[in-house]
Amino acid sequence: MIDIRDLDVRFAANHVLRGVSFRVAPGETFGLVGESGSGKSTVLRAVAGLVTEWTGRIAVDGKPLGGKRDRAFYRLVQMVFQDPYGSLHPRQTVDRILSEPLAVHGFTDADARIPRALEEVALPRAARFRYPHQLSGGQRQRVAIARALIADPRVLLLDEPTSALDVSVQAEVLNLLADLRAARGLTCILVSHNLAVVAHLCGRLAVMQGGRIVEELDEASLRAGRAAHPHTRDLIRLSRDLEEA
Amino acid sequence: MSTALLAGEPLVAVRNLHVDFSSATGVTQAVRGVSFAIGREKLGIVGESGSGKSVTGRALMGLLPGSARVRADVLRFGTTDILHASEREMRGLRGGRIGLILQDPKYSLNPVVTAGAQIAEALRAHSRLGRREARDAAMALLESVQIRDPRRVHDAYPHELSGGMGQRVMIAMMLAPNPELLIADEPTSALDASVQAEILRLIEELVDSRGMALMLISHDLPLVSRFCDRVAVMYAGQVMEELPAADLHRATHAYTRGLLECLPSLSEKRERLATLRRDPAWLAPRS
Repeated sequence: MIDIRDLDVRFAANHVLRGVSFRVAPGETFGLVGESGSGKSTVLRAVAGLVTEWTGRIAVDGKPLGGKRDRAFYRLVQMVFQDPYGSLHPRQTVDRILSEPLAVHGFTDADARIPRALEEVALPRAARFRYPHQLSGGQRQRVAIARALIADPRVLLLDEPTSALDVSVQAEVLNLLADLRAARGLTCILVSHNLAVVAHLCGRLAVMQGGRIVEELDEASLRAGRAAHPHTRDLIRLSRDLEEA
Repeated sequence: MSTALLAGEPLVAVRNLHVDFSSATGVTQAVRGVSFAIGREKLGIVGESGSGKSVTGRALMGLLPGSARVRADVLRFGTTDILHASEREMRGLRGGRIGLILQDPKYSLNPVVTAGAQIAEALRAHSRLGRREARDAAMALLESVQIRDPRRVHDAYPHELSGGMGQRVMIAMMLAPNPELLIADEPTSALDASVQAEILRLIEELVDSRGMALMLISHDLPLVSRFCDRVAVMYAGQVMEELPAADLHRATHAYTRGLLECLPSLSEKRERLATLRRDPAWLAPRS
């Protein structure tokens, strides 16, 4: 579904991605982990078209992509960002926020779709005419997920979708993402610094450091600690250290 | 000045602390009857956003805004009664006998002053040091927070430092006047996992070697229990449970258990995460 070959990104003198390659099969959830500055978010942003200066090959659903994306691309691919406080327009109601993608893609049944979208992410009906500041952090992230899914994309890009949330809310959002993925057969890329979150949602993952993928492994190897690269082993050790406390 | 503490008395005593915020829409009770004591030890205060954990720390430093109404049977640091202390006494406490480390060094450091100058300023505010001596002392402090190249960091502006480095500078500044208590409010939430562990280990070492007390405020229950002696779990402005950090897995309160169970785990696969069922009974005032 997603095929990335030798992706290279430079910001002025800063070489951010150095030959990143991986593939994601339809219906699969692929994880990208690494520390800040490792380039994991840049990969997502390049796929989403938010980073326009890149070289290499990005193909989604068999179609190679250029620097600019057309409307059809955004029917196919949507993104959820880390901070629900920053990613929702503060002066727009939830209704308006959810109407926009529908208008862009020429849907005429907004009145039917919006209540359904809210129900799907388990938000109360009354949330439709609220502003983001009247919602809790978890509810806002549900709105962001509803917005991403309302035009029925097949690929969801998730950039640290739960790291701004309390752990109890994180559990609810992770369960919601797992349900939606199963119900809609979504293909996802999940970027996170939290190995436990990645292991929970992803079947396969890549570990990034300094703009490169240093290792690709599956969930079972991650959980068992069967990692070849020292950086992966470091990350696993740190994560276990806290869990066993 | 204050007289010495009696033997056996804790450094910090808080009994029945209440903090209310009034606004146009009504009164919010942020803290509702919190009690705890801190000796020369590491106390973790854990809770979700809005549980009142940060407000509790701020109340201790007298750093709450004017709209806050603070009441307590006892709110004492050393022999100072914080509720009745003069502004002058409070200035001696803040940054002097109590250090505060905040979440993000990007916001807590002055962006237009070099790291060294900010540490020197903290030194000179609380002791009679000349410029020269303050500079040397700042350099020594930068070394004590394990910065390998203190000279470079001394002359660097905050934007030239990484998050972990910035947090080390912040810690150095807080150590400058030799405080007795360090309040760390989410000191590592803005940092990477590996840097997070380094900074917490550094705080732990400094607290132990200098015989300071530590109040570590965080939303991260496993992290806090790893670095503290005791943990107080807060929910909706009250302490639900206080227990030795080593006994966390034996926590009895449903809220604490719920927080632990909703975490995804790396070592064991959980098909579906448990979600927290908030029992309205947790909101009832506790005696």
